[in-house]
Amino acid sequence: MNTRVMNADEVNRAITRIAHEVLEKNRGAHDIVIVGIRTRGVFIAERLAIKIKEIEGEAIPVGIIDITLYRDDIKSDISKHIVKKTEIPFSITDKKVILVDDVLYTGRSIRAAIDGLIDLGRPANIQLAVLIDRGHRELPIRADFVGKNIPTSHNESVKVMLKEEDGVDKVVVEELDDK
Amino acid sequence: MINKLKSKDLIGTKDLSPEEILLILDTAESMKEISSRDIKKVPALRGKTIINLFYESSTRTRTSFEIAGKRLSADVVNISVSTSSVVKGETLKDTAKNLEAMNPDAVVIRHSSSGAPDFISKILKCPVINAGDGAHEHPTQALLDLFTIREKKKELKGLKVSIIGDIAHSRVARSNIYAMNKMGMDVTVSGPSTLIPVDIEKMGVKISTDVKKAIEGADVIIMLRIQLERQEKGLFPSIREYSRLFGLNTEKLKNAKEDVIIMHPGPMNRGVEISADVADGQYSLILDQVTNGVAVRMAILHLLTGGA
Repeated sequence: MNTRVMNADEVNRAITRIAHEVLEKNRGAHDIVIVGIRTRGVFIAERLAIKIKEIEGEAIPVGIIDITLYRDDIKSDISKHIVKKTEIPFSITDKKVILVDDVLYTGRSIRAAIDGLIDLGRPANIQLAVLIDRGHRELPIRADFVGKNIPTSHNESVKVMLKEEDGVDKVVVEELDDK
Repeated sequence: MINKLKSKDLIGTKDLSPEEILLILDTAESMKEISSRDIKKVPALRGKTIINLFYESSTRTRTSFEIAGKRLSADVVNISVSTSSVVKGETLKDTAKNLEAMNPDAVVIRHSSSGAPDFISKILKCPVINAGDGAHEHPTQALLDLFTIREKKKELKGLKVSIIGDIAHSRVARSNIYAMNKMGMDVTVSGPSTLIPVDIEKMGVKISTDVKKAIEGADVIIMLRIQLERQEKGLFPSIREYSRLFGLNTEKLKNAKEDVIIMHPGPMNRGVEISADVADGQYSLILDQVTNGVAVRMAILHLLTGGA
């Protein structure tokens, strides 16, 4: 059973709202850089940067972080993950880094991404923006900006689909088959 | 698209599929970025132990594997024969069994006998990586050569490669021929006929005893080290004559393609198989090969031990 929880307009509005919240909280776009977590976090990061430019008129650098080499669940996941490039062609030292992912779940990917960022420099701070927060944290991590909170159970999966990767913008919750 | 290597070990490029070669090259591209950071280390292989077991002298390859392991946070242990129990008469089999008892996560081996890595890979449960065995194979060298070529030429398929020098004794040539054939490249070998094995055409290469011709048509020229220690066997009359006939210099390069690239696996005999001005010149990628060697070995270590 699939439930659609966000359509294209809702995804767009959520990202627009996050852009406003980022600017409000940081009093403008000064010293902000955005880093998306591969794969879908990258597209949300790029859209966020475009929105911020529209609102504030300032271009924000966007980078990509690949967390494969930082995962703690790599044993079970290695077969699914090919190591891709981290592409952050600017210094993050003393910058306010907005880290972007599609779904916040256990928090383990975010932990890996934070470790990865710290290896690249010493940011002034790191803030977390996610399109969906589905709960069930296993680490003391919370998001600063959330598109939508979706309470889920463990046997559901949240699928974020984005035009750039999936040809369509929507979010669905799927019931996983019981084994 | 595949996402892991089929075999537990990397013994030769002969055993790799084209998809596996591409996976290694693509992974290496991601690894290369790590070497350009201020903090050149990621935690991927934290807690893994890698043993470098070198029965033959090596600076580049051993150091490259050591740096590759360390950039992935593995603990790297180097064993070189002069300081090991081998001088006390221990057999390769016993050495392998003793290493196994210490639970390594990968063993990198260089040995003067062809087949030694394959032999210990059957004893060890962990991955074994061949860092050069006799005149058999040197797969990581071929893979870093392919990486370097692809970085410059973007596409491997259809490229004309000339490998020039002592083909008969060269594991680098063999590994490159296997790998390049798989990637759809067109390989010519050239050198004195005494150093070109009979029947080498069966490996799918062309032979040209005229070095000028081999240079003229090539997109890529790989010069091999002339193994001076084999000089006594009288395979060629003199080093000076070899250099004049088969050595690469500015004069011979005049007829080469404008965008030719020149590589050498090292160590070079400057002034013998390659002149100093060519080795340091604009077409030379010899130091890029060394840089890329670390990235390629990181990729292989990660692919073989990352998911264990």
